[in-house]
Formats: sequence, structure tokens, C-alpha cells
Amino acid sequence: MDDFQYHAPSSVDGVLSALRGADDGKVLAGGMSLVPVLKLGMAAPSDLVSLRNVPGLSDIEDHGHCLKIGACCTHAQVAASSVVQERIPALAAMAGRIGDPQVRNCGTIGGSVAHNDPAADYPAACVGLGATIITDRRKISSDDFFGSMFETPLEEDELVTAVCFPIVDRAAYAKFENPASKYAVAGVMVAEGDDGVRVAVTGAGAGVFRVAEMEAALADDFSADAVSGIGVSSDGLLSDNVAGAEYRAHLVTVMAKRAVEACG
Amino acid sequence: MSDNGSNGTGFIGASLKRKEDARFLTGRGRYTDDINLPGQLYAHLLRSTVAHANLGSVDTSAAEAAPGVHAVFTGPDMEGVGGVPTGWLIHSKDGSPMVEPAHPAMAIGKVRHVGEIVAIVVAETRDQAREAAALIDVDYQDLPAVASLEAARADGAPLVWDEADGNLCYDWEVGDRAAAEAAIDGAAHTVSIDVVNQRLVPNAIEPRAAIGNFDPTTGEYTLYTTSQNPHLIRLLLGAFVLGLPEHKLRIVAPDVGGGFGSKIPHYAEEAILTWTAGQLARPVKWTSDRSEAFVSDTQGRDHISTATLGLDEDGKFVGLKVSTQANLGAYLSTFATCVPTYLYGILFAGPYTTPAIYCEVEGVFTNTVPVDALRGAGRPEATYLLERLVDKAAAATGIDRVDIRRRNFIREFPYQTPVALQYDQGDYDATLDLALEASDWDGFEARRNEAAGRGKLRGIGISTFIEACGIAPSAVVGSLGARAGLYEVGSVRVHPTGSVSVFTGTHSHGQGHETTFAQIVAETLGVDFEAVDVVHGDTNAIPFGMGTYGSRSLAVGGTAIYNAVQKVIAKGKKIAAHLLEASEEDIEFADGNFTVAGTDRSKSIGEVALTAYVPHNYPEGLEPGLEETAFYDPLNFTFPAGTHVAEVEVDPETGEVELVAVTGADDVGRIINPMIVNGQLHGGLAHGIGQALLEHCEYDDEGQLVTGSYMNYTMPRAGDLPNFNINHNTTHCTHNPLGVKGVGEVGSIGVPPAVINAVVDALSPLGVTHIEMPATSQRVWQAIQAAQAQD
Ligand SMILES: Cc1cc2nc3c(=O)[nH]c(=O)nc-3n(C[C@H](O)[C@H](O)[C@H](O)COP(=O)(O)OP(=O)(O)OC[C@H]3O[C@@H](n4cnc5c(N)ncnc54)[C@H](O)[C@@H]3O)c2cc1C
Repeated sequence: MDDFQYHAPSSVDGVLSALRGADDGKVLAGGMSLVPVLKLGMAAPSDLVSLRNVPGLSDIEDHGHCLKIGACCTHAQVAASSVVQERIPALAAMAGRIGDPQVRNCGTIGGSVAHNDPAADYPAACVGLGATIITDRRKISSDDFFGSMFETPLEEDELVTAVCFPIVDRAAYAKFENPASKYAVAGVMVAEGDDGVRVAVTGAGAGVFRVAEMEAALADDFSADAVSGIGVSSDGLLSDNVAGAEYRAHLVTVMAKRAVEACG
Repeated sequence: MSDNGSNGTGFIGASLKRKEDARFLTGRGRYTDDINLPGQLYAHLLRSTVAHANLGSVDTSAAEAAPGVHAVFTGPDMEGVGGVPTGWLIHSKDGSPMVEPAHPAMAIGKVRHVGEIVAIVVAETRDQAREAAALIDVDYQDLPAVASLEAARADGAPLVWDEADGNLCYDWEVGDRAAAEAAIDGAAHTVSIDVVNQRLVPNAIEPRAAIGNFDPTTGEYTLYTTSQNPHLIRLLLGAFVLGLPEHKLRIVAPDVGGGFGSKIPHYAEEAILTWTAGQLARPVKWTSDRSEAFVSDTQGRDHISTATLGLDEDGKFVGLKVSTQANLGAYLSTFATCVPTYLYGILFAGPYTTPAIYCEVEGVFTNTVPVDALRGAGRPEATYLLERLVDKAAAATGIDRVDIRRRNFIREFPYQTPVALQYDQGDYDATLDLALEASDWDGFEARRNEAAGRGKLRGIGISTFIEACGIAPSAVVGSLGARAGLYEVGSVRVHPTGSVSVFTGTHSHGQGHETTFAQIVAETLGVDFEAVDVVHGDTNAIPFGMGTYGSRSLAVGGTAIYNAVQKVIAKGKKIAAHLLEASEEDIEFADGNFTVAGTDRSKSIGEVALTAYVPHNYPEGLEPGLEETAFYDPLNFTFPAGTHVAEVEVDPETGEVELVAVTGADDVGRIINPMIVNGQLHGGLAHGIGQALLEHCEYDDEGQLVTGSYMNYTMPRAGDLPNFNINHNTTHCTHNPLGVKGVGEVGSIGVPPAVINAVVDALSPLGVTHIEMPATSQRVWQAIQAAQAQD
């Protein structure tokens, strides 16, 4: 890892000005994605600006129609939160299955959405539940936020401050893990709420995507049988040493079915 | 004294807490990277990024000018220094010696695998060395690479070595080909199998490290290194590479965090660091990181085999023929050549009476990281093939899987196999019975039905196996091509006040020798466990030794220590006889006391020791002091054996395999410390389960390592493992005084076929007859798809 300047300001403004003052500054949250990237020499930012001293970014607030989860909430915090467990149990369960305990105790929701790893779980949770990403300057709907792998509309100096999840009628997440990394090989969030039915898939493609055919079928008949016959095309799906595109496509259907079953 | 050396103090056979854990568990172990010498510099090794290329210019000028840099060396700078040697000469069928290419410590002219060392950069700090190395401009002129056995043996394949036609290092055989073929031809049934034994990365928790040091005033070199066998390193590095006499070369292998075979070989890094320290007259340290370890630690396994077993109408095995291709990697590592030959082909009798056996092995060069021993080394590959084949034979003949094994068990000992080994002892029925009972084998159908109700396919699998451990009688291995003896050395120094230092040529890197060996000495010498400390890992402290591998430390090293204790007791009797004014023949030794037979007159070991060092009243002509050394060359291999049973549940929708139960019934010989033995079994089982279900080292066609990190190389984790149901049925080895056999490799040898047999059993209702390791979800799903497509 190359040397960098380390900053730990105590306000959002402080973070933003540190970023703007740097040649090539990067936000550091839990470091679970960023530090490995640095160690492998895949990035060498001049400055790292830590969020650890910024107050108020780790709150979980119940706003009635939605839960607002601060960007610096760790996965462990979300998983253990009684509010989340009660209001959106699928989200708490999803967070509780990210990586391993070390990762869950460091990794944050803000880091996860900002990083937009194609195999991460939060993108499916956000898109599936219809969440809104809140930054220091705007609100972005999940459908517009998650691009292809590692792409988001965030500006260089833009900070995710929270994610708002609407309360849905029912939702569940089913995940088939990569046995080595524990990331999703195919993870499917199914939710039914004011917005109708949403089916969001992570891990299988170059970025999170929705499956319209499944959503329509479930809107008609919210049952496992409704999706068990719906396949997704393997064209354009990821392929690696753990799972080829065809197997991934198969897993998407199986996970969708299991998520629907788990919705009860 | 009871048989096998017990003095009745109860140390042998007790689960004493490990002496070494006080420092390991509190983070106070002292590993190579923890050592820092005054004036120490840091090295970064620049490694090839391509699998096969001519080396054009290697421009180091910018690196040499970089801040903090003291020196940059490349292969040609070390020209004239010897190459890295191979420890075992194999001969081909036609009697010709194997192809043994040059192995320069750093690449000269060509690189042959990703990770091969191209240059060393030495600087004031680690970061400076690494940053400077990035400035070296290497002109890699790419050559086509062969990254797999298939590619390397294909017609017209590119050559890793010009002198190795067809990329063949050797074409070796053991056993009687004509007899095996005739038996198979005349057999009532024949069963064949093609199996792959996939390549694994050893993944010791401590990455390798080395510090070279040179003292110009004495001309002495010191190398601190992560090794399982410091004296072997001194021999190879001193005599073959650097041309240094033993008294000017000290090797220290301090605490070492796991080896699994990957820290046996003498590595180029050790030669480069020692040589560089001499050039600069400064200590130089190198520490591998995990990514580097993936492309520079020797890897394991990597066989493709085809085999045929002949059976008579009663299911008795009449002949076995095995043809194997073994991937050796790009360079011959220390034991690379013997692992797939003399540690493999001679295992094919297993626990069975098969009268005619033949095995041929092609050792093949590829543009991949060199292959060497990995926990079990050759024996897991043989056992996996044999136990898969036996299951197939059961399926083909309709004979029950357990029954077919029983029909073929060896029951008379000693037993001479048709492939060189002579088993001294064993009771295979006993471990089989124990495993069947402990695993509730007979109750399995109920569990299968219950699982079916949950939509799961449940399967059960078994393997019955032997190992050859306690490596090895020197004359035997010498006649087979070993370039070293494989005896062991133990020294016992009784101090004036009766405390004891034990010096062993074996090396402990997780095995708990400091505890087990202390238990042996405490018991046989009748002293307190706390009064005994074990010293290992420093060629300046230890008389000599061959190190730790092949489950040899207790059987060979422990016996050497035991024999040294017997010498101490013999001398002690002389001293005691003098003090007690009795004749030496009348002195009996028990519980730490020398007693005149039939009297209550005695002297304790402490009194005798004090007399030996303060010899005022002392036998005439006897040397003072109480310290003895024994060299022990084993008479035979030891033969641990056992039965492993695995139970799995397969999710037919996803192909996911869950391992739900593992039962072991093992005969590892006499048990000194049950807790340590069970720990070794647990670790070995985890390792074997990793191979069966999770681990796979994969290269792409260009020779790039695809699985170069823990994001895609799957190590077994606690959550992947069930609670192990471990059982023991012990028979004693007949040819060492402790009756011990060895335990370190049992799990990785015995369990993989049990797991795969269980997976195949689960899938057999669907028509699946074989699945390769690792049985990943995708593989299982594909096998189910293929079987269904056939219907
Ligand atoms: C072994 C392992 C296993 C894992 N398994 C899983 C898994 O199963 N599922 C899964 O979803 N994830 C998994 N992860 C990833 C982990 O969840 C992410 O690393 C984590 O969520 C990212 O958050 P972080 O706080 O660590 O971000 P960091 O690593 O600190 O940052 C990641 C990126 O986001 C940027 N960033 C961080 N916070 C903000 C912010 N508030 N605003 C703008 N930009 C920001 C950073 O600049 C950086 O570019 C795993 C990671 C590891 C190491």
C-alpha cells in the first residue's frame, strides 16, 4: 500500500473540504472494500478522509413510512437493530449475512452503496425495497443510483449520508453465497409494498437488476410457483471460477422462489 | 518399568495443556518476521508476472537510484552460485535418470512461472524496496505456456525445458505390470475410474519469511527462515548452493506458523537472502505477503489418473493397474519428484490383499508454481483413487460397500505388499467396526428418508485406509533415490539439579512437540513435566536432524529422544551403583529413582545428576556430566490406519453440499497426548474436507493463477465443518519402543474419499456415478443436470 495523508474531520463540511483540498482524495468508512483495493495497489489515493469522527451518521430513525439509516451504520448494527428487525426484518436478516463478523463490525451501509460492488447485498436490498440514497446535496432513487459494477452517480466529493427504506408489506432476501468470499453469487430481494412488487438481483450480473417478468407474475399471484418457472437469460451474466453464467441464471430463479417462500 | 517405556508417572497418555500455548495464545510467539537485527535492511522480490517468457533486458538503473536503495541484484549477478537442488533422484522405466534442469535462484534468460523471482531490491525500508522494484523495467518476451497436465502432454506442446521432451521429467513405475495386467484380463469383473486430484495451495497461516545475516569477522552466515527442517536447509544451502561449510552456516527456524509441507523445501529465497546479506555485509529481511505466498509457496497434489481393478466372482481384488500424470510445476522443488512416486505408488495395496499391483507415473513439467509435499503428500492421492475405485467396484458387482472392503482386508501380519511396503501390524476390522458403530451406519436409511422429506438428498460414504508414515529407513530410501538419510536425532541434557533440556532435530510448527516430547522424557526419566523443556529449530543448538514431515516427528524423533533417555539411565546406573556401593547389574530404575534391587536403598535422578556434575565421589574412568545423544534410524515405515465415514446432504436445486457428519475410527499407534492427537486429527480432517468440497487452485491457459486470494480460493472454515466424532482403536507399532505411528496426516489422507463417496451416494438415485473434487455446488448441479439429460 502506498503512503497517503489521513484526515479525520468532525463534520460533513470538514470531510467535504478535506476531499476538495486533496489531489486525489477518498472517503474512508469501514475500509472493508477500500483497504483491500489499496493493498492490492489497484488504487493509490493521495488522501483518505475518514468518517469516524463525524457525529450523527450512525443513527437509525423511524420516520413512520420509512426507516432512515445513517451512512456509517455498520452491517452488525443494522442486523442487531430492534427497529429494523421489527419494521423491515428482511433488511436486518440481509445485513446479518454479509461477509463474516469482522466485516459486519466494520463495513457500513454508506460504503457498501457507494462502492456498488456487483456482488454486494445492499444494492439488491436498496433496489428491491425501493430505497432512496441521501447525500450531502441530493436524494437519488435506487433505480437511478446503482449503475454497472462500481458505477454510481456520486460526484468525486459527494458523501452518502443516509439511506431511506420505505416500509413494505412483506419482503425477503435469499442469497447463494460464494463459499470463499461470502459475497452473493446470486442474491434476490423480493418485496411487496405501495410501489407494487419489486424483484432485485445482485451478484449475478454486472450490476443489480430487476426482473420485470417475475415482478409481473408476483403482482398477479404472489407465490413461489409464480416465479419458479421464470428463468433469466444467462447472456451478460457474470462467470467466474465458482459459477458460470448458466448456473447463475439458474440460481436467480431458485433464490427468487426461496425469497418469495420466505415472505410467508 | 512397564512395556513401551512407561514409568507409571502418568505423563504418557495424559491430555496435558500445551507448553507452547502460553506464548502462542498471548501473541508472544517469536516468528521470523518478529526478529529484527541491528542494521537490518529490507528486501522486495520482483516476481514474474507472466508464466513463460524469454527475459530480454532487465533494467534496474531507476530502481538502484531510488531513495533508500542499497542494491538490486538479478539472476546473472548470482551466476556461479549453485542452483537450488532436488532431494530425490527418480529413474524412469528404462533406467534413465529423470530430467533435472538447472534451477538458478533467480531467473536467468527465461521465466517459467508466474511468481518466479526476477530480481531482489534491498533498501532501508520495506516500502522503499517495494516502490523501487516497481521501477525495474523487465522486457518479457512472451512464450506460449503450458499450464495444465493436458496442455503439457499434448502433441507439439510448448516445452518448459528444452531438454525435457514432451515436458516429461520421468516415466516411473512400481510393481509387476505383466502380473497386474494378466490378473485384470482374467478377472470376473473389472472396474475402471478416471480421477483428477486437484491442485491445492497449502496456506500456512504464517507466510514465509527469511533474514540473511553475515558476520565478516567470523565469516559466519546466519539464516532465519520459516522452515520445517533447519538442518536440511543447512545441508542444501551450504553444500549445494553457496558452498559454505556447516560451521560457517547457521540456520534458525524459530516459531513457525504452520507448514503442511510447504516449508520443507529449500527455497530460492533462502539462498538469495543469505547470499545478498554476504554481498552487503548487512542483515536483510524478506517477508512474503499472502498474495506472494499464493504464487511462491510450493503447491500440492495435481494428478490425473486412470485405474482398473480386477475382481473375482467373490469380490476379491485380483489385480490393480494405475496410470498417473503428476504435475511437478516449472522447477523441481526439494521433494517434488518423490511425492508422486515413492510416497504414492507404494500405497496402492491400501488395507487390501490385492496380489498384483502396478502403478506408472509420468512426472510432468508445466509453467506453474512448483509442486511439493502437502499434508499427506502422495498418500492422499493414492487413497482417494483406491477408495473411489473400491466404491465403484461395489456398485458394479452389487456387493455392499462395507462387505467388499471386509472381504479384502489384510489380516495376517507382517504383510508384504506387491508394491514394496511391509506392514508390521494393524487391525482393520476393528477400526471398521468402530466406525460403523459410532456413525450409526446401519441407521442411515432412516436418516436418508427423513432428509428426503425436507427435499434433501442424503448420502453416506466410507473409506478404509492405511498410511505409510514415520519416514523413513535411510537405507531403503537411499536405494530408491533419496539424497539424504531420514533418521532423527535426540539429545537429553540432565542439568546438575535434575532439570532437563531436550534437543530434537524435528521441528514444531503447530504439532505441540514441546509438550509431547516433554511428556515422554518426564515419564521415562521420572522427573516433573515442568522440569523438561524441548529445544528445536537452531542448527547451532541441536546436534543434527532431518526435520518434521511425513508424520515422522514422534515415531522417529520421539524414538531418538527415548533412546537418549535410555542412555542417560544406563549411565545413571553406573553412578548410582557407585554411590550405593552396589554392583551396576543390581540397580533398577523406576519413577526417577535408582534402587538396589530388593532393598529400599536408592538415589534419585537429581542426586545422580548432581554427582555427575560434581564428581567428587565418582566411579573411576567414567566421564562426568549427564547428557546423551541418540541417532535413530527407523527399521520400517509406520502404518497408521483407520476408517472414516462422512454423511452429506445435497440440495438438489442448487447443488449445494452440506457435510453433516464425520466419524473417524483411527489407529494412530500409542497416544502420548490425546488432546494433541485429536487436535491433529481435527486439523487434518478440515484439510481433507477442504480438498473434497472447497479448495481448488486453478490456472488459466496462459498460466495466470485464477485463485490467487481468499476471495476465490476457498479455505475450509469452522462453519463448513460438523463436529467430528473421533474414535480410537490402537495397535502398537512393533518396531519402535514407544509403539507410536503418527497422526498429522490422517485426516487429509482418509477423509476426502469418504466425503466424495457420500456425495456420489447421495446423487446415485439420480444416476450420478462420479464427481470430481472439489464437489462444489456448480459441479454437483451440473452432474445432476447431465444425469437428468441422460434419462
Ligand atoms: C471478506 C469480505 C467479505 C465480504 N462479504 C460481503 C458480502 O457478503 N456482502 C456484501 O454486500 N459485502 C461484502 N463485503 C463488503 C463489505 O460489506 C463492504 O466492504 C462494505 O460494505 C463497504 O463499506 P465500508 O464501510 O467498509 O467502505 P469502505 O471500504 O471504507 O469504502 C468503500 C468505498 O466507498 C466509498 N465510501 C465509503 N463511505 C462513503 C460515503 N458515506 N459516501 C461516499 N462514499 C463512501 C469509499 O471512498 C470507497 O470508495 C465483504 C468484504 C470483505 C472484506
